[in-house]
Amino acid sequence: MAEQTDRAVPAEIRPAQVRGPGSPATGAHDEPPPVPERPDAAVVRDALGVGIAVGLSGFAFGVTSAGAGLSVWQTCALSLLVFTGASQFALVGALAAGGNPFTAAAGAFFLGVRNAFYGLRLSAVLGYRGAVRPLAAHWIIDETAAVTLAQTGRRSARLGFTVTGLSLYFLWNLTTLGGALGARALGDTAAWGLDAAGPAVFVALLAPMLRSAVERCTAGLAVLLLLVTLPVLPAGVPVLLSALAAPAVLAVQGRWRRKPAPQERAGADHDTVEEDRT
Amino acid sequence: MNVWIAIGVTAVGCYLVKFLGLSAPAGVLERPLVKRLAALLPVALLAALTAQQTFGDGGHLMLDARAAGVAAAVVALLLRAPFLLIVAAAVAVTAGVRALGG
Repeated sequence: MAEQTDRAVPAEIRPAQVRGPGSPATGAHDEPPPVPERPDAAVVRDALGVGIAVGLSGFAFGVTSAGAGLSVWQTCALSLLVFTGASQFALVGALAAGGNPFTAAAGAFFLGVRNAFYGLRLSAVLGYRGAVRPLAAHWIIDETAAVTLAQTGRRSARLGFTVTGLSLYFLWNLTTLGGALGARALGDTAAWGLDAAGPAVFVALLAPMLRSAVERCTAGLAVLLLLVTLPVLPAGVPVLLSALAAPAVLAVQGRWRRKPAPQERAGADHDTVEEDRT
Repeated sequence: MNVWIAIGVTAVGCYLVKFLGLSAPAGVLERPLVKRLAALLPVALLAALTAQQTFGDGGHLMLDARAAGVAAAVVALLLRAPFLLIVAAAVAVTAGVRALGG
């Protein structure tokens, strides 16, 4: 315990001293009361845990990408430049299915849109300015957002973000290369069942998202739309069309919510109940 | 060449989306409907991609060893296996079924 308090004191003082002369606009009086930050070692441990576990799955991407017919260079370029797993898997899957480059990229892009919403929440937490911001943007993905948003203060948030981002980026790219080279050495990846790695990854990513009936209906409708349109539409288009399941389910849900409301209100004779509901 | 175009477009698009989120003033994308749609879009896309890569074969539907592999992944998932083990189960079962002539 003594060790913890010793470390916590300078940690809280340091940022205040730096901030004081640097930005006079943020006066010490306006600062919210300091929230006790977690010890650095705990933040680093959590961040490395996520970074290493997820970073290793770059191996599955490397294998899938090489199995889809991309070269080692193309596979590594995706992990270095796109660096958002689901989009990368989606792109190589769409290219393997024979989609044109723009429909393939559109599917990958729509999957990446969620990162904008992580960015919105992280921007206030991290408070990066100037040249650091465009660099930090590249690391905004599911895992860095999860670790960063779990922290209590700016110092530990930045530490968590940096350690998760660095370890994940390094390992993801290293294992991508290893997977691509490994798949090349194996030759026919389908004979080894490696064409099932892609859909298995999607199942694993999708499962935790299916929290309520709305998500399950969306997933079910998307699968149905895909199976119906796959034989009749050009490659790549069925996946994009299936994305319409999301607004469709939201629209139906919105109508359901609106419709029973007036009936309930008309049927309710008790004023108090009505007041509680509105 | 087509592959490099796809890589370039995806890299630029995905980066801009990340940067936009980090730089947008707070409150711009905070409308509840936009947030709900953004949360639901990956669900639809991931489900469609799973179906396409499990049953798709060019422009046809095909039931083959991959379906057994993905079923194994679902079982591993229900048993709370770690991520890489889920993928490994799918790969092993698909290879096994193919080796048996499935």
